[in-house]
Amino acid sequence: MSLVEWLGLLMVLFGLPFFFLGTVGLLRFPDVYTRLHALAKGDNVGLGLVCLGLGLQSGSLAMTLKLLLIWILMLIASATGVGLIARTALSRGVRPWGL
Amino acid sequence: MFEIYVIASLLLMVNILVGLARVLKGPTAADRMLAAEMFATSAVVILLLLATVSGEESLVDVALVFALLSAVTVVTFVSRFWIAGDSGKDRRAGGDS
Amino acid sequence: MDALVPLFDALLGALLLWLAWQSIFAADLFRAVVSFMIFGLLMALAWVRLEAPDIALAEAAIGAGVTGALLLSALGRLPRERYAEAAQHILSHSYWLLFWAPVVLLAWFLWSLEAAPPSPPGLGEMVAIHQPAAGVDNPVTAVLLAFRALDTLLEIGVLLLGSLAIWSLGPSPWSTGPAMPSPALPAMARALFPAFVLVSVYLLWRGSHAPGGAFPAGAVMGAGGVLMLLAGARPWLTGGEQGPWRWLLTLGLGTMLVVASVTQFAGYVFFQYPSDWSGRLITLLELAAGLSIALLLFALYLGGQPPVRWRDRGWQ
Repeated sequence: MSLVEWLGLLMVLFGLPFFFLGTVGLLRFPDVYTRLHALAKGDNVGLGLVCLGLGLQSGSLAMTLKLLLIWILMLIASATGVGLIARTALSRGVRPWGL
Repeated sequence: MFEIYVIASLLLMVNILVGLARVLKGPTAADRMLAAEMFATSAVVILLLLATVSGEESLVDVALVFALLSAVTVVTFVSRFWIAGDSGKDRRAGGDS
Repeated sequence: MDALVPLFDALLGALLLWLAWQSIFAADLFRAVVSFMIFGLLMALAWVRLEAPDIALAEAAIGAGVTGALLLSALGRLPRERYAEAAQHILSHSYWLLFWAPVVLLAWFLWSLEAAPPSPPGLGEMVAIHQPAAGVDNPVTAVLLAFRALDTLLEIGVLLLGSLAIWSLGPSPWSTGPAMPSPALPAMARALFPAFVLVSVYLLWRGSHAPGGAFPAGAVMGAGGVLMLLAGARPWLTGGEQGPWRWLLTLGLGTMLVVASVTQFAGYVFFQYPSDWSGRLITLLELAAGLSIALLLFALYLGGQPPVRWRDRGWQ
């Protein structure tokens, strides 16, 4: 394996724990706002690292661009989606934890 | 190297299994929806890993479709079902904890 | 390693069964809908494991995406007080049938597994032999639009009938304008819509030589339209007698019928393409079907006949 492929593998392995941390947050955090916070950040960093890592390993520019497109689409969708959910929760009277 | 990816997809599947607890517990609809969104991200990663392991490039297209459509589901949720200003409903349904 | 892949499959299968159970029997209808959406997600993975990427693509686009949004939007129109009532109603009437039918099916399946030959005879070989005559490189497209084009014709017909039935229920309950007072929603829709168009065209183009084709392409395009509708865009689709919309909704079915009849009058069998024209005719049918599938899914989502003129909803 070349150096680039090793780097890709390392990035994928580095990205995976973020998913598990996000799930821990989803299960353990006390209210919907904190869970949103944990998931949106953790999962998207994990996805980004996996996409970059697999892109490096694929060795084809088209495939790398497609993987990056997936990541960017997910970033846009998740960042706005999470904001919309939090806004709706607030306006429906779901009280943040500790307030 | 591919063994590692198979192990990783198995772990992500376990991740989904564990996350289902949030779908069961709720308590608000947003928590359940959020868990479903998390599964979409996990499924995308599983697809990408399987695509690399099997060399089947069309699986990346499936992941692409997932990534696009997850946005539509969330937006439908907040604008057609769990609508802003509809307060009180969650508390009645055992909502905000 | 060797034990891991079966473990993955077993976990996937168990989760699918449990989610199917949840989506039928969950007392809370919203939980049932969420279970159904996750079921669609995992079902696509199951199709991938069964080495059927074409079906995985269709399941991802229609099962996980469009159907979930349709169900959520339908649930939003149901008065909250009637949730439990509706769930109770479903449970009390069909509980035993719904419970025993899968059990019997599963038992029969396990029993027949014993008797089944190790590799069941399929039609794969026949398709491989005749595929060059169809003029496309992707065997699935060859089956869908050449060898079994009649099935695809009926599928699009069912979709058209479905949207006709929904239009006849009454006027669409939705109005245009942003569905929620947040500037993030229109911004997101504007950022994502070009990607919807791009991916849709890409899937249609890829259908001729790899997994893709009219159904996933149409579903992605239709979903993009739904996103724009929710973000406050005014739909082109109107219910008036004027305008091209009724024609475009029937474009897929109409083109297929025209092609089938013309070939018959030209001396071929119903739906037999002249071999020189086969590839081009299939591309034409894919285009027509993809366009009208996108419009039909969008029309289904409106939940009723769209008005002649869309009115705006203002947020205070």
